[in-house]
Amino acid sequence: MTPDPILERLLDQVRAAMADQRALAIHGGQTKAFYGEPLQGEPLDLRPLAGISSYEPTELVVTVRAGTPLADLEAALAEKGQCLPFEPPRFAPGGTVGGMVAAGLSGPSRAAVGAVRDYVLGATMLNGRAEVLSFGGQVMKNVAGYDVSRLLAGSMGSLGVILEVSLKVLPVAPATATLRFELDEGCAIQQLNEWAAQPLPLNASAWWDGALLLRLRGAQAAVSAACQRLGGETIPAHQADPFWEGLRDQRDEFFAKARAAVQTGASLWRVSVPQTTPPLKLAGEQLIEWGGGQRWWCTPSPAAAVREAARLAGGHATRFHGPADGPVFTPLSPVPERIHRALKAAFDPQGLFNPGRLMSGL
Amino acid sequence: MNAPLPAQALAEAADAPDRPRRQAEVVAALSQVLPAHALLWHREDTTPYECDGLTAYREQPLAVALPETEDQVAAVLRACHRLQVPVVARGAGTGLSGGALPHRLGVTLSLAKFNRIVRIDPHARTAVVQSGVRNLAISEAAAPFGLYYAPDPSSQIACTIGGNVAENSGGVHCLKYGLTVHNVLKVRGYTVEGEPLELGSEALDAPGLDLLAVFIGSEGLLGVVTEVTVRLVPKPQLARCIMASFDDIRKAGDAVANVIAAGIIPAGLEMMDKPMTAAVEDFVHAGYDLDAEAILLCESDGTPEEVAEEIARMMDVLVASGATRVEVSKDEAQRLKFWSGRKNAFPASGRISPDYMCMDSTIPRKRLADILIAIAQMEKKYGLRCANVFHAGDGNLHPLILFDANDPDQLHRCELFGADILETSVALGGTVTGEHGVGVEKLSSMCVQFAPEELEQMRALKRAFDPAEGLNPGKLVPTLNRCAEYGKMHVRKGLLPFPELERF
Repeated sequence: MTPDPILERLLDQVRAAMADQRALAIHGGQTKAFYGEPLQGEPLDLRPLAGISSYEPTELVVTVRAGTPLADLEAALAEKGQCLPFEPPRFAPGGTVGGMVAAGLSGPSRAAVGAVRDYVLGATMLNGRAEVLSFGGQVMKNVAGYDVSRLLAGSMGSLGVILEVSLKVLPVAPATATLRFELDEGCAIQQLNEWAAQPLPLNASAWWDGALLLRLRGAQAAVSAACQRLGGETIPAHQADPFWEGLRDQRDEFFAKARAAVQTGASLWRVSVPQTTPPLKLAGEQLIEWGGGQRWWCTPSPAAAVREAARLAGGHATRFHGPADGPVFTPLSPVPERIHRALKAAFDPQGLFNPGRLMSGL
Repeated sequence: MNAPLPAQALAEAADAPDRPRRQAEVVAALSQVLPAHALLWHREDTTPYECDGLTAYREQPLAVALPETEDQVAAVLRACHRLQVPVVARGAGTGLSGGALPHRLGVTLSLAKFNRIVRIDPHARTAVVQSGVRNLAISEAAAPFGLYYAPDPSSQIACTIGGNVAENSGGVHCLKYGLTVHNVLKVRGYTVEGEPLELGSEALDAPGLDLLAVFIGSEGLLGVVTEVTVRLVPKPQLARCIMASFDDIRKAGDAVANVIAAGIIPAGLEMMDKPMTAAVEDFVHAGYDLDAEAILLCESDGTPEEVAEEIARMMDVLVASGATRVEVSKDEAQRLKFWSGRKNAFPASGRISPDYMCMDSTIPRKRLADILIAIAQMEKKYGLRCANVFHAGDGNLHPLILFDANDPDQLHRCELFGADILETSVALGGTVTGEHGVGVEKLSSMCVQFAPEELEQMRALKRAFDPAEGLNPGKLVPTLNRCAEYGKMHVRKGLLPFPELERF
């Protein structure tokens, strides 16, 4: 490995923490510090470890150091007509690529194109023994050994420090259109699932307050044919684009109102359920994404009620904002929980990294 | 392909005296939990299970269990766990890396009787199937609803979804539609101790670490799968295929890059070299251009409008890249004819050579020509012929080394040839296996791709699921002793340097 002073400094900090048995709180731009259980430990700042290590547009692969600002990566891809199709939420300026992978969150297009983990091809990480390890690679197909790099997506730093990742990227689709339909919640969910079973260039959906917005994306011919077939009201790009961006970053009207409600004691929940789940009976305001699969609830109801509604539907619920009322993430059943603890011990035996961030005791 | 090491063979022979006692013990225990017809241990009954698609390796298990219910699977696992007997799960046995090779002191757990499609939900676009259901059977069951299961490994007529989960199988359409890991929502099964395990969800994600992502492709080392929930996708209205000839392998490789650079993600993008084209043309008579150094098959699917637009764009790119002949399929019959040769590359190779060994490395697409030229040199070095097919769109190559297994020297040279291809692929920035798995075949090559600490981390991951290492031991991750004996240096990866930055 190339000697690298920045990496050496990170290793020194990790070795010192190991020696003193101090916990480390891994961070990048801290745009997602609100997400998950509270951070504990001495900050381990990944931002100095920045830069695009290699990018070859014809390979559809980019390799990026963890501290690279996400905005820099997206700008570099845009310059070559490519993108991260899963639209990771940014919440605020300054987020990093490492944080994007560690949080594992995906944006409006997730149901159509896949999640962050689906685009992770390889990763270099630092485990709790201060070893620098590489898994996966920079190629599309790779089954050499366990797919540890995908396991890191959404791991919230619990297994180790992501140092560098290789991601699959895709060309920006030539055409996009947004349609609006007046539909109640039940009809919108039904309609979205019916459309999803047909060869249509669906890319994103959002239902709120009696209106469904549908984004189509793909080849020019496919998008125009679908617009004609589906009807609805065409929303011009200058209105639609800011809406989808706002939704992606949780800055749009629904989320602004939700944050205000959180100030007065409500909670914002991400409820992940099978897409065909009928309307959930909870109190409060709701925005539905991902063809019915992701339901944002701003509700005064207690955590237990939200969790139970999600569980009955075959899904789970995560508290994004709101007063502490039990764990942030849905607790695991005993066998997966045991495997989680054993995996933590396998990667980070001393429990150095982000203790308790994903779940208590991990 | 790497031959078993002598030291390992000796160690196995040393175990042999104990074998009859262990067999009696395990047969007695399994007879308590399985009906008589679901337990095989006489040699003539277990022989059909002695190998998978990698026939160069054969082994007799102590017994073969063919449970019919989930309770029986759990009971077999509990009994084996108690007796500390290794368990090797098996689907259709079509794997090409020896992943289902029996353990001589273990039980082979066949999921063949788990062949029921539990339900197809056309509204939710999901299929819940038992793990022994064949890949193609899922698409056939979904067809009346205009849906299908996208990953289509060449063996899809026979291979099972459980085996696909174990290997993270791909196919010819995975650049656009993804691998098994992108198309499986949930698996149900059992831990090594026989405890029920459920990973993933019918929702789009599940709480906690993404255990499903690491479970897929784990070659039966982390758990035994009994039921899989897959995502179904709408069948494209139309597919058309371009067949393009090139007089130079490098031009064909560049054409692949140019298609991608034009912002096109073809539904399929496959390449065959001249020897392979000759072999398949003789077999299927599809009208392939026998003068071409390389043939590309580029497929577009979608709505008729979409396909027309994409075919026109791809034609422009291919012609500009120097294609000497291009032909677009006029109808479905002709499209299937274009594909017939590619799909029959393996049997066609079987006709021109007594045996062939299929390799499976992946390289960055831009190195296609480099690896082909290197392989041509290896043909001279090892005195064996090699025909090549590629999933060119994702850089996954399948060189077929032609040899005669009855000639021990040819087999030996073939193995060295194969290992050379894999190591060259790693040196070019690729991987030793794109879709066939490590199994036993590529254990030594793993020593080349990974550092000792990386292999140790993988073993620790295994123990998190299976502390006693009872599931499919000796596969996927080599021991450090084996790597030391193999004696190959790891090609260090790690953080990529910044080539554009000045160094002082």
